[in-house]
Amino acid sequence: MTINAGDTAWVLVAAAMVLLMTPGLAFLYGGMTRVKSTLNIMMMSLISIGIVTALWVIFGYSMTFGHGGGFIGPIKQSDLGAAESADAVVNGTTQYHIPVLAFAAFQLTFAIITTALISGSIADRTKFVSWCVFAALWAVLVYFPVAHWSFDFGDANGKGAGWLAARGLQDFAGGTVVEINSGVAGLAMALVLGKRVGWRKDPMRPHNVPLVLIGAGLLWFGWFGFNAGSALGANHLAALAFMNTQIAGSLALVGWLVVERYRDGKPTSLGAASGAVAGLVAITPSCAFVSPVGAAVIGLLAGVICALAIGLKYRLGYDDSLDVVGLHGVGGVIGTLAIGFFGVSAVNSAGKDGLFYGGGWHLLGVQALGVVVVIAYTFTMTYLIGWGIDKTIGMRITRDAEIEGIDLTEHAESGYELDHAGGSGSVGGILSSAVRSEDR
Amino acid sequence: MKLITAIIKPFKFEDVKEALHARGITGMTVSEASGYGRQRGHVEVYRGAEYVVDLVPKLRVEVLADDQDVDGIIDAIVDAANTGRIGDGKVWVVPVDSVTRVRTGEKGSEAI
Repeated sequence: MTINAGDTAWVLVAAAMVLLMTPGLAFLYGGMTRVKSTLNIMMMSLISIGIVTALWVIFGYSMTFGHGGGFIGPIKQSDLGAAESADAVVNGTTQYHIPVLAFAAFQLTFAIITTALISGSIADRTKFVSWCVFAALWAVLVYFPVAHWSFDFGDANGKGAGWLAARGLQDFAGGTVVEINSGVAGLAMALVLGKRVGWRKDPMRPHNVPLVLIGAGLLWFGWFGFNAGSALGANHLAALAFMNTQIAGSLALVGWLVVERYRDGKPTSLGAASGAVAGLVAITPSCAFVSPVGAAVIGLLAGVICALAIGLKYRLGYDDSLDVVGLHGVGGVIGTLAIGFFGVSAVNSAGKDGLFYGGGWHLLGVQALGVVVVIAYTFTMTYLIGWGIDKTIGMRITRDAEIEGIDLTEHAESGYELDHAGGSGSVGGILSSAVRSEDR
Repeated sequence: MKLITAIIKPFKFEDVKEALHARGITGMTVSEASGYGRQRGHVEVYRGAEYVVDLVPKLRVEVLADDQDVDGIIDAIVDAANTGRIGDGKVWVVPVDSVTRVRTGEKGSEAI
């Protein structure tokens, strides 16, 4: 097999774009938190880059894409150095003309952002060291297996494929692997950590909405790499995924704002950012399996339904601080199931026809199976991991530290040094400098 | 000498400033404040959830004045800051023992 320069260039660029989504997510989350916890939430994203990359090159790539059994790939050295010279065939097929290393780098960026996404549900209150332990355990015990189920298509004969992929689950860029996975993990962790001090009493409004919008912009840009890059080539499918991504993000933005206008009275800029993300989430699994008309319907549905879904936390009483569950969990379910309705093989020969295109119920059944199994597995495993860490080293900072602000107590920094008095001090100037020297 | 402290709605500040200026008042200290009086805050809706916001943003305007000017200044502030709706604020006056201008060391009325 030969390596195609255009395909390789596109996948490398796409990998860089997807990596940029994690700092982008840090901006989105950082702006949404209160002023005293903006650095901590950004750090949770950044440290995920470090931790997950290390695990990926040691054994994570092999566990995810090393074929092996239906449930899990072989737990052995990823051996990325040898992969380049010995076997340049991606996923065992001759369909993709890119080096294994390009594929491994591209998929690594997915593992990073999925892990980082979870942090949004436990903002303001998570011990940093415990987050690091959680991120490592979660990547190994949840992300690598689930990505293997949906994304590993086995060797040239389909041997060693993940069990959902083998059953014909259609998940182009990670509706199950990335979106439902992170959303459900976020729910489990919100339950492990409990509510923030003052939740439902204090408004806890975002402290910097322009930062949120920068983050949303970077995510949207990166999402083209995420979805169109998943074609693993510079071809028709990449273009279809690209166009559908744009359509769904835009329509969801509109849908969300319409809901806000009629429910709350005012369309908000935070709502515009959230709406776009909801649509981009929902189109992630379906971007290369549906027509642009399908993408428009999926986007609109995602914008409207996710805008309503973020209110669930108040009814059910879990503090999903930055709406990971309502956006990624619910949006991921919408997008993954939507393929069962809107899937159309006319746009993608590897795709299948859904219910609305005469394909019957079968595809919807497979999609629903994927949704249910990932929700059940991820929730159970994540809850156990979080519970285990909480019982040993503790997941949560003290009440006093939470009220004072996690940026100061966990990182000895503050996001904004705006005080006239105290100079080198933090927000709070001289007084909080004194607090810090006491800590030492 | 007296210290006049007025709590006003932020959007009424320009009116108050001009009213004081028209009366020849040459200085004031303004700070952002938040609080509530009999109106007890208000309800805000954001992202589909309702919150009671106890502390409403206000401005605190402080003016030093000679005793004979005090009543006129109070009237000017109240006229300018009044909207007739709840949350318009308050004005109060406390006696001041001494005032000294930092640059020249002048004291008393000279320093105002």
